Amino acid sequence: MPFVNWFRRNLVVIAGLLTLGYLLLPNVVVTVFSFNKPKGRFNYQWQQFSTEAWKDPCGVAGMCGSLSLSLQIAFWATLGATVLGTMIAFALVRYRFRARGAVNSLIFLPMAMPEVVMAASLLTLFLNLGAQLGFWTVLIAHIMFCLSFVVTAVKARVMSMDPRLEQAAQDLYAGPAQTFLRVTLPIAAPGIAAGALLAFALSFDDFIITNFNAGSTVTFPMFVWGSAQRGTPVQINVIGTAMFLVAVLFVLTSMVISNRRNRQKA
Amino acid sequence: MATLTEAPPPLAPTAAEKKPPRKRGRWTPYWLLLPGLLWLLVFFALPMIYQASTSVQTGSLEEGYKVTWHFATYWDALSEYWPQFLRSVLYAASATVLCLVLGYPLAYLIAFRAGRWRNLIMILVIAPFFTSFLIRTLAWKTILADSGPVVGVLNTLHVLDVTSWLGWTAGDRVLATPLAVVCGLTYNFLPFMVLPLYTSLERIDGRLHEAAGDLYARPITTFRKVTFPLSMPGVVSGTLLTFIPAAGDYVNAELLGSTDTRMIGNVIQTQFLRVLDYPTAAALSFILMAAILFMVTFYIRRSGTEDLV
Repeated sequence: MPFVNWFRRNLVVIAGLLTLGYLLLPNVVVTVFSFNKPKGRFNYQWQQFSTEAWKDPCGVAGMCGSLSLSLQIAFWATLGATVLGTMIAFALVRYRFRARGAVNSLIFLPMAMPEVVMAASLLTLFLNLGAQLGFWTVLIAHIMFCLSFVVTAVKARVMSMDPRLEQAAQDLYAGPAQTFLRVTLPIAAPGIAAGALLAFALSFDDFIITNFNAGSTVTFPMFVWGSAQRGTPVQINVIGTAMFLVAVLFVLTSMVISNRRNRQKA
Repeated sequence: MATLTEAPPPLAPTAAEKKPPRKRGRWTPYWLLLPGLLWLLVFFALPMIYQASTSVQTGSLEEGYKVTWHFATYWDALSEYWPQFLRSVLYAASATVLCLVLGYPLAYLIAFRAGRWRNLIMILVIAPFFTSFLIRTLAWKTILADSGPVVGVLNTLHVLDVTSWLGWTAGDRVLATPLAVVCGLTYNFLPFMVLPLYTSLERIDGRLHEAAGDLYARPITTFRKVTFPLSMPGVVSGTLLTFIPAAGDYVNAELLGSTDTRMIGNVIQTQFLRVLDYPTAAALSFILMAAILFMVTFYIRRSGTEDLV
């Protein structure tokens, strides 16, 4: 029975592809429904094909404003978390210091805490201090929860770095600053980039912590949440589809570039 | 024993070489740590203390709250909301198990069977992250819609009769039932299972599989005795990365569920942002945190993987 044998040999491949399908199905639905022309306020049922939403992506009041606010917050949060996180990662890998265990747990705990707990406790702090909820409180929160992820990403890269390279640089009369800028930083760069990318994605897509600490400020995820109650405009799907395409294109281009570079080196 | 025909082992850096010479200034690490740790202390640790204090306060919004060591709040919160707590644990555990069952074949496929498709599949696993998870969760409303094809097929095959009997669905609907919430949770946290699993599977030396085969192990035995035990670090961190956020999630329960599927996250959110009953909300959040930390420590001890980070 050749078919049964083939099936048994490839069972894991079939199961894996089915899971991949499960992961991608919502994206397919989001894309298809960006071409829908719904009858009511909600875009959950297919009515008819239309490209109206694509021609007028900002046609919904407040949506593009919230999108640009989310991008701004994500940008600054990424910058802040990457700088602070990279510094911590270098200190952890390169230096000996007291209270190492405590430092490690302080970095691990935010990743092991349900978001709603961090969100609620941060809000109690802001309420107690009488802070004005808005852009700044959201930014503070985002830097806080992105920080640990940056540390983990950068730490992994710096740890796998050969310290003899830096010694070699110093043997060749590079000063500490020069060694850092021309040897250490370029080698650590992929780890820092990975951390920054992760921070950007986490910040841009965060809902729970933002929802607690934003006051009346509306980020893009909060706009989507609100629209789930009031009525979902097709433009949400347009943005979702565009983001997916941009991400895939970005990754594919960077892969092609790095492939070509490797080939040139060989 | 080493013979002369063997290549010499690669030069291992000695202890002295491994640690770079201490640079001038023994204060450098502290300056590097200071800003980041200060941030975490003020905006992560300090809020926990504020929350603990809020949970034992009494008072009202108008008159202000005072610390009165009113521990009864904890008792009241637990006795009123224990079903939501239980539900959170049940839903999160179901989603974690489903993620493991669904995610393992995918991670295995990427690690061992994908060949030149590996990078592409990796991208496809990560790319959905870049579409807001709320939009993708809303898409499940379309997929599981009452008149949609999924519910239609499940109805024709009488699957929904079985799941209704089990209490997972209600009537011939999937939306607004526990099944829909668990399905959404599974979907949302699946990549958090697949990625650590992949990382630990990828590290396995392929020759171990060959060796197992040479010793007459059938594929299933090879998996049970070699592959799966070696992937345990991935299983442990994957289950943690799935269970913890799933237990605190309220988005899936709100968007795909009904009032009968409210999880503890929904209660905390409502108490905090709508009812404005801060002590109860803080107490609930504190209990959730303690429960999760307790479970996680116990779990890590049991599975013996201490160095996850």
